[in-house]
Amino acid sequence: MDPLLVFPTAPPELAQVLDLGGWTWKSVPDLDTARTEQPADGWVGAVVVAGDETEEAFRLCRSIRSGDIHVGSVLLLIGGGHLASLDFREDLFDDFCLNPFHPVELEARLKHLFRRSGQVARAEVIEYGPLGMNLETYQAVIDGKPLDLTYMEYELLKFLASHPGKVFTRETLLSRVWGYDYYGGARTVDVHVRRLRSKLGEEHAGLIQTVRSVGYSFGTSRWV
Amino acid sequence: MSPEQEYVLRTVEERGVRLIRLWFTDVLGQLKSVAISPAELETVFDEGVQFDGTAIDGFSRVHEADVLARPDATTFELLPWAKADEPSGRMFCNIENLDGSAFEGDPRQILQRNLRAARDRGYTFFAAPEAEFFYFESADGLPKPIDNASYFDLTTADVSSDLRKSTIHTLEAMGIPVEYSFHEDSPSQHEIDLRYTEALAMADNIMTLRLVVKKIAMDRGVHATFMPKPLNGVQGSGMHTHLSLFQGEVNAFHDPDNPTGLSELGRQFTAGVLKHAREITAVTNQLVNSYKRLAESSEAPPFVAWARHNRSAMIRVPVRKQGKPESARIEYRSIDGAVNPYLAYSLILAAGLRGIDEGYELPPETSTNLFDLSDSERREAGVEPLPRSLSEALDVMEASKLARDTLGEHVFEWFLRNKRAEWSEYQSRVTAFELERYLGSW
Repeated sequence: MDPLLVFPTAPPELAQVLDLGGWTWKSVPDLDTARTEQPADGWVGAVVVAGDETEEAFRLCRSIRSGDIHVGSVLLLIGGGHLASLDFREDLFDDFCLNPFHPVELEARLKHLFRRSGQVARAEVIEYGPLGMNLETYQAVIDGKPLDLTYMEYELLKFLASHPGKVFTRETLLSRVWGYDYYGGARTVDVHVRRLRSKLGEEHAGLIQTVRSVGYSFGTSRWV
Repeated sequence: MSPEQEYVLRTVEERGVRLIRLWFTDVLGQLKSVAISPAELETVFDEGVQFDGTAIDGFSRVHEADVLARPDATTFELLPWAKADEPSGRMFCNIENLDGSAFEGDPRQILQRNLRAARDRGYTFFAAPEAEFFYFESADGLPKPIDNASYFDLTTADVSSDLRKSTIHTLEAMGIPVEYSFHEDSPSQHEIDLRYTEALAMADNIMTLRLVVKKIAMDRGVHATFMPKPLNGVQGSGMHTHLSLFQGEVNAFHDPDNPTGLSELGRQFTAGVLKHAREITAVTNQLVNSYKRLAESSEAPPFVAWARHNRSAMIRVPVRKQGKPESARIEYRSIDGAVNPYLAYSLILAAGLRGIDEGYELPPETSTNLFDLSDSERREAGVEPLPRSLSEALDVMEASKLARDTLGEHVFEWFLRNKRAEWSEYQSRVTAFELERYLGSW
């Protein structure tokens, strides 16, 4: 699946929305990297974060528009104080979102923009052994039977199952799934993993593995 | 609308949920429920459900009888026992006044308020209860255990272990992990130990656990009870509760270098719990019957003391395996299962935090079996007994500023009034003991 280009780096809040939304993405710190790392058929889209140095961001946008870098659509993230700089640059981006953003709004814009561009980067369904997750309907099944999860259990399982075989620390899970501001600490992750395992049932509880003194991973060598 | 609420709306639609039960808890710890249809759900998320609280214990006030139930979307679970063609779900609610302020008689928000006080100091409060209960043939007449016929009576013993198994299965399906479960010492007595979680979720879990245990028994024509002391001569049912504070990922009670295994903070917390234990006993042991359990069981130690190995103290500090710093904890052993977990956790936490704030010194560990000592020997050792009756516990509570501040004026006053009435009703009853003892001889 072709990745989204994220320029120059994804702050944690952005990384979280992208990961939870099931997007594949890649940070690209500068123009040259955007060119050299370019997939054969171009980037599906770009999320361009305009910091205080908005000019850097616009330079990238211009290279995209000139065809120097192949990108489907461009979403510009920009701080409220820099809105005036958009004047006469409307041609450089397809949509923009105020930064700091509301996660729900950003998610909607991502879906709207990159779906419309006809190149869907988003995984609609996660299937892994006995587990199926439909990301559109929020439904999960195990062995064909519905798996009833709370919102956070669902988000945690979705995140883990989107990255099979990868080991995540509790801190990473906490920041990516719950967000940095979540209070309760890494114990929250343990509690939710245990809840998830109990709902997966004895037979499938092993889908989520504890990696001693590191964290958790999803999936076993049988499938990986 | 929050993502959690949208998730619930979506699940309700996708799973064809027909009924949503909104759960809340009265001051005495009884579960209450208002049912709504899926069509109402979105409005209820926005506005709450208005109902007349006057019929609910601890909710009634002189004016303004109406309150609002506001469902907490993070607690949405499908009820595993609902019929396949009529799925139903539940959510726990906070109760608000019509102006949107927290209703002062809502135990769940009292706990939330106290947990916020802990959070402001950087602590998360974890609890893990060991819930004991009995299965009886029915709730009427004298309690008859279902599995005491004999050891060879496989049929009835099977019924009770099947019941327990199916209870655990249901709890796990609702996201309530069970750590251990087993048949307890007394006939038909069972224990289910829940895996630790944060105190608010655990109080919700206890409300769910009590319902699930009773519901599954009832479906098989059996009565399950958390009454603290239903049978003479055998051990009663308690709810020993393991407690710890975390600071981020670190167990704040852990200190491998201290002989107790507890950090200074852990020792101060324990000292606070001990110092205020008598003041909060009316809530941790809230029935007339609770004190019958405390009167004659080694599993229900009625002495304000702590120990590592000695089970006659009300607080046990479990000795831990090497290399398990995260499991540092204390075990509160006097509390029983007929409790309002929101209020009990509020008070235990407040007592512990008071110990930390005031830097209380932990008294020396108890090494003798306190049951073997006389009252005066215990007094000499500086060990106080817990209140011996509900009446005494209420007297001590009434004088407690800590209890009043922690529960808030409304619940504090209502609880004392209600429990005084319970005590005076008990006092005016002639008991089986009196008839057996006096009717013939006098």
